[in-house]
Amino acid sequence: MTAIATEYEVVIGLEVHCQLKTASKMFCGCSADYSGAEPNTHVCPVCLGMPGVLPVINEKAIEDIVLTGLALNCSIAPFSKFDRKNYHYPDLMKGYQISQYDLPICRDGWLEVEVEGERRRVGITRVHMEEDTARLLHRVDPVTGEPYSLIDVNRSGTPLMEIVSEPDIRSAAEAREYLVRLRQVLRYIGVSNANMEEGDFRCDANISVRRRGDTAFGTKVEIKNMNSFRAVHDALVFEAKRQIGVLEAGGRIEQETRGWSDERQATLSQRSKEHAHDYRYFPEPDLPPLRLSAAFVERVRARLPELPAAKVERYRALGLSAYEAATLAEERPRAAYFEQLVAALSGDEARRAKLAANWMLGEVARWLNANQAEIDRFPLEPAALAGLIEQVASGAVTALVGKEVFDQMVASGESAQAIIERQGLAQISGQDELAGLVRKAIAANPKAVADYHAGKETAVKFLIGQVMRETRGRANAQVVQELLERELKK
Amino acid sequence: MALTRDDVLHIARLARIALDEAEVERFRAQLSGILDHFQALAAVDTEGVEPTAHPLPLANVMREDAVQPSLPRDEVLANAPLAEDGYFRVRAVLE
Repeated sequence: MTAIATEYEVVIGLEVHCQLKTASKMFCGCSADYSGAEPNTHVCPVCLGMPGVLPVINEKAIEDIVLTGLALNCSIAPFSKFDRKNYHYPDLMKGYQISQYDLPICRDGWLEVEVEGERRRVGITRVHMEEDTARLLHRVDPVTGEPYSLIDVNRSGTPLMEIVSEPDIRSAAEAREYLVRLRQVLRYIGVSNANMEEGDFRCDANISVRRRGDTAFGTKVEIKNMNSFRAVHDALVFEAKRQIGVLEAGGRIEQETRGWSDERQATLSQRSKEHAHDYRYFPEPDLPPLRLSAAFVERVRARLPELPAAKVERYRALGLSAYEAATLAEERPRAAYFEQLVAALSGDEARRAKLAANWMLGEVARWLNANQAEIDRFPLEPAALAGLIEQVASGAVTALVGKEVFDQMVASGESAQAIIERQGLAQISGQDELAGLVRKAIAANPKAVADYHAGKETAVKFLIGQVMRETRGRANAQVVQELLERELKK
Repeated sequence: MALTRDDVLHIARLARIALDEAEVERFRAQLSGILDHFQALAAVDTEGVEPTAHPLPLANVMREDAVQPSLPRDEVLANAPLAEDGYFRVRAVLE
């Protein structure tokens, strides 16, 4: 950062729109799973905005937003309602969007983020429920050259949560971390796929800068059109620099909306709005309000799984490193596999956790990488993998043989025990058995022996390797080393 | 409560209605009269009265998350002045 940039503080608040994974839409029974569907095939009079139809609230969507609120440490409003947000745009079939204005279902929560070892809580102002809009495709008439739009109503009326943060974020890196943690929580609780590239997790940002020490906020600019975590990060870095540059040049920041352009790597003014929006919110007359009882909230709370932050804490308490704990807890299925693996091993919990972590981040990760797969496609049951881990940990087979058995298990589905017995892979630790092989290696490699006597310690490693090759990795390396050194010193 | 000419033009713009000068004045007078009429409510003492979100004494009217059949697409598009490739077609609108 330049000297000038460090005189300024960046202030960021994020608005995330996240699609819920319900079967049906928010206010009608059309299927909400429209990906890959032909345009306008998940459509009925309600989501088309036909006159005289009545919306009915999807109970699952309300449960999911309450679950989200609980996961984000929000308080759940005992009384909330829906409101109409009025504006004209072709993606809005009714001429208004059903949303929530002054009484959102969730408010006053927080999410913990960690950047460069510093942990901070980012406040969550509110989480409210609304309906998504139709999708527009913009085209140009090949004959007349006139631009026009095509409308696909499938997405219209699918349940959408808006998650609004406090202006607590202080850097682009922290903004990205917040989004990563938020997406992780949403996936953990299973309410959304939260896939930014697929459009079910969208982010707008408000950003301003002020001189360090100032208590008043600077004029904020809203940034839209960021379609990846990277775009959010880059747009915020760019915009902070731009605003500081304007102020340093003696200029003023204009309150406006700017769009991020991946192509130009810049935020560009969207100065098309001459009039400020006037949404004329009013209570939705077609929907009675929600009175969510404490019993309802507790029923939803029972669905709340252990969240990633808690898992990381617990794994660390078992003696795992910060990296190991975070990697294992990153995705819920991965954490679940790890925990089943720990449960399937024997011994004290710290030992089991360490062994399981080593294998998960070692051989299992290697297999997943090579196969471009997530843990749900890993072919071994935790109990089967535990069988192998115990064989290696007890010294029944060497680590080298363990890796080979792992590959065979994954390929054939056979148990570790069966493979080891059938192929005679048990570790050879017997001095009598190994002594002959050691003498043979010494006799066959006079140069290595000469090197050893010339003071080259690494020659022993070479000779151990020869014995290993002879035994297909089964020899106990420690015993071999002891025998070699004894023989060579004779 | 007297509305200004600008108030009327703003409301007309929000409703996407074009008004000529005579209409602006006519609606200015009419809308002002309607607002005056509702001013009568301001005389009511609402101290300690909860705002009403909905006139019916109902809450939590919800349905199960079950998929129901949608409409056949030819019916969906039947009223559309223009359609193309299964989509509604409209003039480009830039916000």
